[in-house]
Order: sequence, then structure tokens, then C-alpha cells
Amino acid sequence: MSLSGRTAIAGAYEHPTRWAPDKTPWQIMAESARGALDDCGLRLDDVDGLFSAGMDMGVMGIVTLAEYLNLKPRYMDGTNIGGSSFVAHVSHAAAAIHAGLCKVALILYGSTAASNAMAIGTGGRIGREPMAAFVAPYGLTTVGAYALVAQRHMQQYGTTSEQLAEIAVTTRRHAGLNPDAKMQLPITVEDVLASRMISEPLHLLDCCITSDGGGALIVTRLEHARDLAKKPVVLLGAGEAVWHQELGAPDLLTIAARQSGDQAFLMAGITRDDIDLCMLYDSFTITVLVTLENLGFCKPGEGGAFVQNGRIGLGGELPLNLDGGGLSSNHPGMRGIFLVIEATRQLRGECGPRQVEGARLTLVHGTGGLLGTLHTGATLVLAGDA
Amino acid sequence: MTKRLKHPTPGIDWETRAYWEGCGRHELILQRCRSCRALQQRPRALCVSCLSDDIEHFPASGRGTLYSFTVTHQNQAPGFREATPYVLAYVELEEGVRLLTNIVGCATDEVRIGMPVMVDYADLDENIAVPRFRPL
Repeated sequence: MSLSGRTAIAGAYEHPTRWAPDKTPWQIMAESARGALDDCGLRLDDVDGLFSAGMDMGVMGIVTLAEYLNLKPRYMDGTNIGGSSFVAHVSHAAAAIHAGLCKVALILYGSTAASNAMAIGTGGRIGREPMAAFVAPYGLTTVGAYALVAQRHMQQYGTTSEQLAEIAVTTRRHAGLNPDAKMQLPITVEDVLASRMISEPLHLLDCCITSDGGGALIVTRLEHARDLAKKPVVLLGAGEAVWHQELGAPDLLTIAARQSGDQAFLMAGITRDDIDLCMLYDSFTITVLVTLENLGFCKPGEGGAFVQNGRIGLGGELPLNLDGGGLSSNHPGMRGIFLVIEATRQLRGECGPRQVEGARLTLVHGTGGLLGTLHTGATLVLAGDA
Repeated sequence: MTKRLKHPTPGIDWETRAYWEGCGRHELILQRCRSCRALQQRPRALCVSCLSDDIEHFPASGRGTLYSFTVTHQNQAPGFREATPYVLAYVELEEGVRLLTNIVGCATDEVRIGMPVMVDYADLDENIAVPRFRPL
């Protein structure tokens, strides 16, 4: 029996903070839990499934979180596949609920990446996993890994810096409609090109910001969600994928979204043309461009032209990242949960000046890890309840 | 000209020692499975294509072409911070595998995708070297 149409997001809350030197990540998660439970009218002791991932939660982070919240859930999932984790947690929660392993799933994220001065993008990376020894000698940064993809895309297809900049400019315009967004002043394509080079061809304004922040989601059976305070957002389709260097033949332009997207569309039984808006992980402008191609919204190589002429802006044919994204609203280290929160609000029609009129079907895609060296993809198709 | 890169010593374990010691002899070592003939770029104790442990090591030609690159202008890690701007790249070897590396020996604005390159070793001590590439 398919998972499609059985479960729903019943509660969602984005912590408004972008700078919280006075808070711990655990506190941000607990405040976010309160927000999402209030949103749907449930209580903490209704929660029997707990889902989370983080950058500094420790090896048994999900257990530490249960202890902090004094919860004894009967289902725990600390899957950490990078920033996409929380997108994957939604489908994991749906599967657990569908299988009867829990009834009310709470998904949490909280981080003080900015006030801890975590150098996420340009700090250099040294790990202990097997691949690390073959990366560490060469000075790979997070930005650098994505830049390798951007450079290859430009060479192979003629994609330009102006086209990439269009994504940053559009996303900033959306941020201006979100009072919680960290960066609200409009920027131009010229501003992006004039910003300093971080890792060629990616400029400063091609890169996401760093912020503090967090959020929470509540997932339940659809029938249960219909009895709660807000209009349910129904999970229609989901997919997950990993991309790596294989045995030495990485194709930089075919990313995990290809596989996870196909799977999500198949499960949902809808086509690309049915989608009203997208929430796509925008660690960098190039991330959005290759995600659009790999999800099948345009052909490989056509992403540069696709994002131009207002298509991806509010009022355009395929508006995306209406909250201002990681490029301008918030990026506390991992961003997947915010994609789902904004998708939920859009499908409920709660977004005020940035609302996509009549939004019924939304695609969410999270990228985790580093495009270009090792990454994951998690895709959801979500629908407003009829 | 790229500034002098100070490569940190890679973490070396039983599975990867032959690769790094090969670099120390200025040989770029690849693995081939004697059972299914699959190639492996990053060494493993067994062939993950067929799970045989009958694996041979052989030196690659060291020649290849540039698959992609980025000129890194900001890296806060010590050793690299002082070396910016430097070139991080994927090189595709003649043998067909792609590996992450640095491009040295030319100006950063002379680097082009598709250009022919040749391996060039930075000796870390008498046994270990880091393979980089320079224009051929």
C-alpha cells in the first residue's frame, strides 16, 4: 500500500531568530517545538516519535535531545545526511506512522552556527572518513566543491555568471517580503558580479549566508491532522538519493536530485507541470540551477536560460524559495527544515505579500553535504488538503 | 604563478599506505581487480565491484586532462590561507578515472578545462608525497 496521501504535516514553526548568542541549540529546538505544537494544538506529551540531526549534537544526538525535552518516544530517528536530513525525516516519519510505529512525529533543528563563528563555507575540511585523506591535502572548501560544479557547467553549456546571479537577485527580492529574513536590501546582477570572488566562479553573493536559527515540524496521519488546528499539508511523494565519486568517475552535473526527484514524482503520480512552486536548497546559486535541471524542470544545460526573465520569481511560471532561502533569509548550518516549513505555509496560504496565489502542489528538494564531492538529495511532493 | 601550497599530511591507514608510498616513489597507483577487472581510484582492501580481495596495484601513466577546477580565493584553514589564490581541480587520467587534486606550475588565469596535465609530486618526507598536476 503506497505511502502517498496517508500522512500530513500538521504543525510547522520557524524560529524567528537569526542571531542568538544568548541561546543554546537545544533551547532553540525546544522553543521551536513549542511553536509547532501550538501551531497545531498538540502538547509535548502527545509526541511519540522524535527526529533530528545537527552539526554539534554529539554521536547520540537524538538521545541527548530526548533527554533534554524529557521525552520517551517510541520511535527515534537521528538520520544525518547533511542539510537535507529534515526533508528525509518527513518521509521517514511518514513511513513510521504508516507502519504504526508512532503517531505524532516531531522533527527538530536548532543551531547557533553564526554566533559560534562557525566557518562553514571556507573553513577547510578535515575528516576521519576514508575519503578525507584524498581531499585534505588539496584545500577543498565547501564553496570550492560547489564551484567545481559551476565551472564545469559553464564550460560544458556556456552558463554565465549573470545567469547564476539572477538566482541570488530573485531570492533577495523574496527575502524583502519576509520580515524575518536576515538580508532584505535589494541587490542587482551587477552587485553579485562585483562582490568579491570566494572560489571561482562563485562570488560572495552566490553563497548562502550564515545565521543562527531553527525550526520544527509535526507529522501525523492525515485523518488525525484533519482534526487539528491548521489545514493539513499532505505528503504525496518522496525520494532519497546519494551521489559520490563512485570508483573514480564522478559526473559533476548529474546530481542526487535526478534519482530522488524521479522517485518522488512517481510516488505522487503527478508531473512537473503540476507543480505550483518549489522550495530548493540554495547553499549556492549553482545548487539551485543544477537542481532544477536534475529534477527535470528543464533539460541539462538549459538551467541558465530557465532562471532568467522572471520565471523563478513571485508571479513567474515556477516561483521558488519564497522565504528568501539560504541565500538571504537564514542558513544556520543545515537548512532542510526551512524548505518544508515555507512549503507548508505556502500551501496553507499564510504567506501574506510573498504568497503564491492558489498554490496547491509544492516540490521540496534538500541537498546535503557537498555537491561535487559527496552529497545527498531528498525530495518531497506536498499538497494542500482539498 | 600559484604560491607554494603546504599540503597537510594525509591520514594514512593500512588500506591506503600503498597509494601514498607509491606517491613517495613518484608513482601514481591505481587498483585493478584480478577477478572482475574493475578499476578503483581510491584504494580499498577489496574490490567493491565483486567483493574479491584479489587486487593488484599498478602505476598510472600520470597523464590526463583537466575535468573541472576552481581558483580558491578564501580558505581560512592554516596552510591554505597563506597559499590563496590556488587551484583545486578534478583531473581525468588517461586510464579513465577522475581525482581531486591541485594544479600547480602555471598562472591561475591560464588554467582551462580540457588542458593536458601531468602529475607532479610534492614530497612530504622520504616516504610520502602528494600528487598534484601541472600543464603538460
